[in-house]
Amino acid sequence: MEPIQGLSQASGKRRTQRGILVMTILGILIVCAFIVSMNTGFIRLSPLDVLKTLFGMGTDKQSLILFDFRLPRIVISVLIGAGLAVSGCILQGISRNPLADPGILGINAGAGLMVMLYVSFFPTTSFRSVFLLPLLALLGSGLTAALIYALSYKRNEGVSPTRLILTGIGVAAGISSAMIVLTLKLDPQKYQFVATWLAGSIWGSNWKFVLALLPWIVVLLPLAFYKARVMNILNLGENSATGLGIPVEKERLLLLAVAVGLAGSSVAVSGGIGFVGLIAPHLARRLVGPKHELLLPASAMTGALLVIVADTIGRWLMQPTEIPTGIVVAVIGAPYFLYLLSKVKG
Amino acid sequence: MAEIVETTKTGRNLRNLKPRTRPLVVSLILFGGIAALIFGIILSVSFGAADIDFMTVWEAVFRYNPELTQHQIIQEIRLPRVLGGVLVGAGFAVAGALMQGMTRNPMADSGLLGLNSGAGFALAICFAFFPGLSFNMLILYSFLGAGAGAGLVFGISSLAKGGVTPVRLVLAGAAVSALLVALSEGVALYFRVGQDLAFWYAGGVAGTKWFQLKIMLPWIGGALLGAMMLSRSITMLSLGEEVAVGLGQRTGLVKLAGTVIVLILAGSSVAVVGSVGFIGLIIPHLTRFLVGVDYRTIIPCSAILGSLLVVFADLAARMINAPAETPLGALIALIGVPFFLYLARKERREL
Repeated sequence: MEPIQGLSQASGKRRTQRGILVMTILGILIVCAFIVSMNTGFIRLSPLDVLKTLFGMGTDKQSLILFDFRLPRIVISVLIGAGLAVSGCILQGISRNPLADPGILGINAGAGLMVMLYVSFFPTTSFRSVFLLPLLALLGSGLTAALIYALSYKRNEGVSPTRLILTGIGVAAGISSAMIVLTLKLDPQKYQFVATWLAGSIWGSNWKFVLALLPWIVVLLPLAFYKARVMNILNLGENSATGLGIPVEKERLLLLAVAVGLAGSSVAVSGGIGFVGLIAPHLARRLVGPKHELLLPASAMTGALLVIVADTIGRWLMQPTEIPTGIVVAVIGAPYFLYLLSKVKG
Repeated sequence: MAEIVETTKTGRNLRNLKPRTRPLVVSLILFGGIAALIFGIILSVSFGAADIDFMTVWEAVFRYNPELTQHQIIQEIRLPRVLGGVLVGAGFAVAGALMQGMTRNPMADSGLLGLNSGAGFALAICFAFFPGLSFNMLILYSFLGAGAGAGLVFGISSLAKGGVTPVRLVLAGAAVSALLVALSEGVALYFRVGQDLAFWYAGGVAGTKWFQLKIMLPWIGGALLGAMMLSRSITMLSLGEEVAVGLGQRTGLVKLAGTVIVLILAGSSVAVVGSVGFIGLIIPHLTRFLVGVDYRTIIPCSAILGSLLVVFADLAARMINAPAETPLGALIALIGVPFFLYLARKERREL
């Protein structure tokens, strides 16, 4: 699989300028989405009220809504969007397969199975489960990823990308079928809870979750950006990379671990918003080209923007019921992705 | 099943196209596989909630007497069921083999063409808005949905400059599938029909009817023959676009024909058993591992191995927890996954 080429064969300098321009625009869009998102919800706050409240001049009720419900949720949207997108970007880069996303490492499946098992045996309504579920999900995705790595590892040749992907598909398929069997045994109420979780909704919206997720993102994102040059070289293929003095297997393992950490922690808080990891890197590649120095940050921003917008629409469209964010992401993201796919000569 | 006479030597000696064939393995799969399949069919017709001895089975098939309940069970329930399994297994497996050969992507599978998700979305709409539709209508709508999903994927891929490239097709398929699955999930959550859908998604050949087989047989049979006719071109294409063009192949035509065949195979199969996507993914890998890289042998062997997998998995699905049935899709994954993982470790070449 050849990685998809960028738009034009422009010189590197022009591309960098273009990348910076694109990211500035993305940044402005994210800020706009942030502001709009703070004004949407079941209880209407005018933009003026939001401003007043932000500077500590609002009523108690207003600041409660803004600071305890909406802000943490928006911050989490940004974090998981960036986390999932960069995770997908790394995986597509390492495996040189345009279909790779965090799902192929069994991250969503593992997390889902853990949640499903917990829900099958314990009552879901207890307050404890709110904090237990993300932990279990993280544990599930970590274990699954480790299993996939171990199964695709060979002593004297390490992990080949194709083998990793195939193993991932196999393990994820096994887990999915176990989940189907469990699904048929659940009572309808529990099923509804699990289905909502799996569809991906940002339900962990309070500051504790932000704090739990923040270290993962703050440490791992810069690490991924720092590795951009290595990823460019890995993209040239195994032999060239080895020839250029890159310890391929070691770097690959490190990058995989980064991808798992980013995606696993995001999935733990948000359930199965899988699609971001697949399309955000592709969208970013269309915008800034294939060089990872630009591609990784652009992916992070694209992902963040997608999730904020999707979450806002999900809260606003069918008030007072919420549509799971994962569903909205797919409904907005897929058409745009398809439009790009049909327009650009890839 | 088409009786394929196995040929090992190509008439022409093409440079850098020397497929490794293993005539012994191939003939073993073809003849042994067909024997095993016949054995599986007999077992499948005899075993079940009502135990019926072999003589009765024989009589029910060849001297049908509609007065006898046992004959009715065999004629109306078990026989169509097992034959459906044979067709669907071959259909999914060959569809997957063609997809993987054309796109050179080991992850390609007929589920990616938007067929399964299209059918699922159509069913979600049916369950939500028209509860109590007859089984035949459900089949019809899921077939239409599969066609619409695939049409969407194919249409979008063909809009672009440069036409339908395999990579674009697979990406469009992933995006359309994600979109349709999300919409189905939304409908399912909102109208609370998720568990009904899950049941369909679990897949199963139970409830296959003669009329479905009659509709399917010419389509699947024809498409399998078409796949065989294309097989040599697919082998070239699997060596890469440039190689195929260099060997004087009209790649656009081959890909178009291949895609149409995949749509027919997977579309009819999805309409009968629901979403059992894993067959199309693992069987081609297994077949390549056994017989090498020549699609003239991969396609017939995939068909037989796919049928075997579905027939025996269905048998197990009925026996494990009798009289209750285990979901077929889950069982196929249970059998297939460990094996597939072993293959993934073994497979040396890229596609």
